[in-house]
Amino acid sequence: MLLQIISDIGASAAISIFLALILVFAQKYLNTYGDCVVDINNKKQITVKGGNSLLNTLNDQQIYLASACGGRGSCGACKCKVAEGGGPLLPTEKPLLSPKEQQDNIRLACQVKVKSDIKIHIPESIFNIRKFVSVVESITDLTYDIKAVVFRLKEPAKIDFKAGQYVQLETKPYGKIKQTTVRAYSISSKPEDDTLVELIIRLVPEGICTTWVHNFLQVGEEVNLTGPFGDFYIRDTQADMIFIAGGSGKAPIKSMLQHLQVVGTNRKMTYFFGARTEKDLYLTELFKGFEHVFPDFQYIPVLSKCDDAGLYCARSGYIMPYIKEVLRDPQNTEAYMCGSPGMLEACRKELRNLGVPDNKIYFDSFG
Amino acid sequence: MHISPFILFWAAIFTSNVLLTNFLGMCSYLSVSREMESSFGLGIAVVFVLTITCALNWLVYYYLLVPLHIVYLQYIIFIIVIAASVQLLELIIERFTPTLYYTLGIFLPLITVNCAIFGVALFMIIRQYNFLQTIAYATGSGIGWMLAILMLAGIRTRIKDKMIPAGLVGPGISLIVTGIMALAFVGFSGIVNVQ
Repeated sequence: MLLQIISDIGASAAISIFLALILVFAQKYLNTYGDCVVDINNKKQITVKGGNSLLNTLNDQQIYLASACGGRGSCGACKCKVAEGGGPLLPTEKPLLSPKEQQDNIRLACQVKVKSDIKIHIPESIFNIRKFVSVVESITDLTYDIKAVVFRLKEPAKIDFKAGQYVQLETKPYGKIKQTTVRAYSISSKPEDDTLVELIIRLVPEGICTTWVHNFLQVGEEVNLTGPFGDFYIRDTQADMIFIAGGSGKAPIKSMLQHLQVVGTNRKMTYFFGARTEKDLYLTELFKGFEHVFPDFQYIPVLSKCDDAGLYCARSGYIMPYIKEVLRDPQNTEAYMCGSPGMLEACRKELRNLGVPDNKIYFDSFG
Repeated sequence: MHISPFILFWAAIFTSNVLLTNFLGMCSYLSVSREMESSFGLGIAVVFVLTITCALNWLVYYYLLVPLHIVYLQYIIFIIVIAASVQLLELIIERFTPTLYYTLGIFLPLITVNCAIFGVALFMIIRQYNFLQTIAYATGSGIGWMLAILMLAGIRTRIKDKMIPAGLVGPGISLIVTGIMALAFVGFSGIVNVQ
C-alpha cells in the first residue's frame, strides 16, 4: 500500500519534472533577447535582461507603477507612455485605452514586453516612489486621540515629495492581528525636512493600523514606509486659497503651510479647522502663529459643540456657512480639503454653489 | 463509442457547445467579449490550445497514466500538461513568428486556466473517445467556444450605447444574453444525439 502510494507520487512527479525541464530548456534557448536598454524620460538609462513584461522589469528596478490586478491586463492601472520599442498595440490593451490614449502611445506596462531597447515616459512622481526603512524617532500626544509620529529615514535616507502627498505605512502583526497591514497617511512635515517623515494619526476605534500606532508602536522601532503618493498638493498659481480639514486631516495642510513659510507667498489664505469640542483642537499656537508669518492668513477653528465660555466659540456648528465670509473672488479661488467623505461632499457642494470652479477644488478623502 | 469523428466535430460546435450547454470557460468569455477583434484572437487561441492539449492529454492518459495505474491523478496531471504546453507554445510562437504572437500569442496566458480546456480533456476520457474522435471533438469544441464568444461580442458592441438598467451593466446583461443564446442552441439538440 505504502509502496503503491510512493510509486504513484514518483510517477506523477517524474511527469511534472520532465515537463518542467522542457520548459527550462525552452526558456533558455528561446527566451533570449539579450540585454535591453530602458530609457526613462530621456533622463535615466537602465540596462535590463529582455523577455519580461515592462511592469515587472520596472519593479525589479524598484520603480513601482501602480497595478491592482497583478499584471493580468484587467485593471488598467499600469498605464505609461511608451515612445519607442513597445511593438504594436495589443488587442489585450485596447479595451482599457481611450482613443486619445492610443494616439498618445499610452500602453499597459503589464502587456508590453521588453524585447529590444525601449523608450518610456512616466510621471516624475512615480520615479520618487520608494520603499523606505525608517526608525521611530518620537511619538507625541497632540490630543487625547491624536498622536504625531516622527519617522527618521534610514534606507534610503532622503525622500522627495510635494507638500500634501501621503505615504503608506506598513504595520507589523500584533495581538490578534496576524498579518501586516498597509494604510495611507498624509505627511505632515515639510518637504524641506527630507530626512524625516511626520505623520499625524488619530485613533480609530477598532482600526487595525491606528490601534497599532497608538498602543503598540515604540520609539526606536523599525517601520516600512512606501511613497510618496497622491495628487493633493499646492497648485502654483496666485489664486486665493481656502483650506478645509478636520481631525488628522490637518496633517497635509500643516505640511503645505510650513512649505509655503519656507518659499514665501502673498496669497490670501484661510484655514477652516473642523473639530467637535475644544478638546479636539491641537497645534493651535502653530497655526495662529502663521497669521503673523503670512501677510494674509487666517486660522478659523469651527467647533461643532461649544459651551459659551469657550475661547473658539465665535463660529460653531458646520463649516459651510462661514465659507462665504472669506470668499473674495470665487472664480479665482482654490480649495484644498482633507477629511471625512461626508464633510468633503458638503463643503464641495457649498463651494460649487458659491461659484468656485470644480476643477479648483482639490481634496484628499479618508473614505 | 462508434460515432464518426465528423459528426462529433459538428456536434461539439452546435448541439453540445462546451460554453453554451456546459457553461465552461465563462471567465475569459465574459471579460474579453467587449470587442470583436480580441474575441476573435482569443477564440483562435482556444481552438489551437484545445486541439493540442487534448491530443497531448489523450496520449499521456492512455500511454502513461493507464499503464502506470495512476488514472486517479488525471486531474493534476492534465492541469500540469496544459499549463506546460501552453507556456511552451507561447515561447515558440513569440520567438519565431512575432506577427502571430501579436494576434494569438498574447492570449495564451489568459486561457491556461480556462476551464473549457480542462473540461474537454475530462469529457474525452469519460466518453471514451479514441484519438481521432478526441481531435475532432476538441477542435469542434474550440470552434464552438469561438462562435459563442464572437456572437456575444457582436451583441455587446451593439448594446454598448443602449440604455441598460444600472444594476445589469457589464457581466449582468452579458449573462442574460448568454442564457438566451444557450436557449437558442438547445434548438439544435435534436439534430444529432451526441452526449
